[in-house]
Amino acid sequence: MKNEIIRIEHVSFDYGDHRVLENINLTVYEEDFLGIIGPNGGGKSTLLKIILGLLNPTEGTISLFDKNPKEGRKYVGYVPQYTLVDRNFPINVEQVILSGRIGHTDFLRRYSGEDKKIADKAMKIMGIGDLSNIQIGKLSGGQLQRVLIARALATEPKLLLLDEPTSNIDVQAETDFYDFLHGLSEKMAIILVTHDTGAISSHVKTIGCINKTLHYHGEKNIPPKVFEKLYGCPIELIGHGIPHRVLKEHED
Amino acid sequence: MVFQYAFFQNAVMAGIFAAIACGVIGSYVVVKRLVFISGGISHAAFGGIGLGLFLGYNPLLTAIIFSVFSSSILGIISKKAYQREDTLIGAMWAIGMAFGIFMIYQTPGYVPDLASYLFGNILTVSRIDILIMIALNIIIALIVFIRYNEFLAFSFDEEFSEVTNVPVMKTYIVLLSLVALTVVVLVSVVGIILAMALLTLPAATASLFTNSLKKMIIFSILIGIGYMLLGIGMSFFLNQPSGATIVLISGISYLAILGIKSLIRKS
Repeated sequence: MKNEIIRIEHVSFDYGDHRVLENINLTVYEEDFLGIIGPNGGGKSTLLKIILGLLNPTEGTISLFDKNPKEGRKYVGYVPQYTLVDRNFPINVEQVILSGRIGHTDFLRRYSGEDKKIADKAMKIMGIGDLSNIQIGKLSGGQLQRVLIARALATEPKLLLLDEPTSNIDVQAETDFYDFLHGLSEKMAIILVTHDTGAISSHVKTIGCINKTLHYHGEKNIPPKVFEKLYGCPIELIGHGIPHRVLKEHED
Repeated sequence: MVFQYAFFQNAVMAGIFAAIACGVIGSYVVVKRLVFISGGISHAAFGGIGLGLFLGYNPLLTAIIFSVFSSSILGIISKKAYQREDTLIGAMWAIGMAFGIFMIYQTPGYVPDLASYLFGNILTVSRIDILIMIALNIIIALIVFIRYNEFLAFSFDEEFSEVTNVPVMKTYIVLLSLVALTVVVLVSVVGIILAMALLTLPAATASLFTNSLKKMIIFSILIGIGYMLLGIGMSFFLNQPSGATIVLISGISYLAILGIKSLIRKS
């Protein structure tokens, strides 16, 4: 029996008078590797913030590890968009990764030897052990992203949640990145959210398409009609189950 | 020599204590980009000064209570209002000042020199003012020392901190309250209108030399002390207003160091 880690039921969300999400239903299990795709402004980030308990749904219910998201999120490793990080901030790689342990520290917020070991391990997994004293402004985009993933791993998550992880990354790095995530997905559930429909569907196990409403595709078979509905016109489509892309023709 | 006079010793001490508070809190103001909200806090503090003069208490003490209170409100408003945060900050900025002027106008009898609160007059700093400044410095240093890692994680990535269950609203309000306390330390040195300069310039200068927050704090304390002593000395020997001289020295030094650094980088 697979354990449920996220259960979203009839969730809607309004920003003021503007409805961003409409009647979302989604269940995620502990071994899932789910990609959520959708256009910019389609509500991806809003859904992510609801899962993380940063926003409360206007309607509907959500549980994360059978708890309220504000409690359940301690099992979630969150990887924000690395392009939004303030690179001028005076902080080095080790301090960023240690900050993943802040929720586990005592009143004085001092990191223990145990915390440092966990941070070291996360750096080794991400192959950035030799960068620990480097200020983040001196890293490449790919390195900074590894740092953010290492910080998420340092929280010892059961679910990894990644926001737009492949934006501004070249194709080779993207393929390597998905291979790496594939390895991680044996140890934890992974959800990644992206507007980039490129390589994603040949790597993830299941796909959800979101544009105000959510279409969930257990077997990754996305009917062309769904893409048309999402993006307004046929776009780059993916051969289902085949690890390369097929471009669908316009119908008219 | 001038150094023997109590007023000059007080001035130098006030300058040093102001530099310490500014070095610590100014570093957070710069890296967390709190400059505008700090402007709101420092101007709203004038309301506290007016209240103190009206009630007959030491205006620094009422400014402490008033500005911690108004900075907490500003913090809550800026987090809860999803948009137009800057409008609300601007409103608090002006309302605080207006309240201060209103209260001073209600004060019967002798109305003290407003300019010394607005622009500072380091040569009139009293022993009691110095004691208040020392107490505030101890509070600021202690809180930052204890919560250093939390402030660092919060300042670097607020959203991630919230996901790891750092109480972000509380941390934000504590940080803004520390800005408020620093502003009170600065009132007698440069006044509330010029306080922003010392909350930003020493830390901005320090940030040119280091990539570590800890070192940035230490450097900006030392740089701030340098600016203060130079400014106090020049204002005294050239017979110019102290607050304005300190701010001009800080600004010119920062721009000069910035210019030299970018010239070196080019060559």
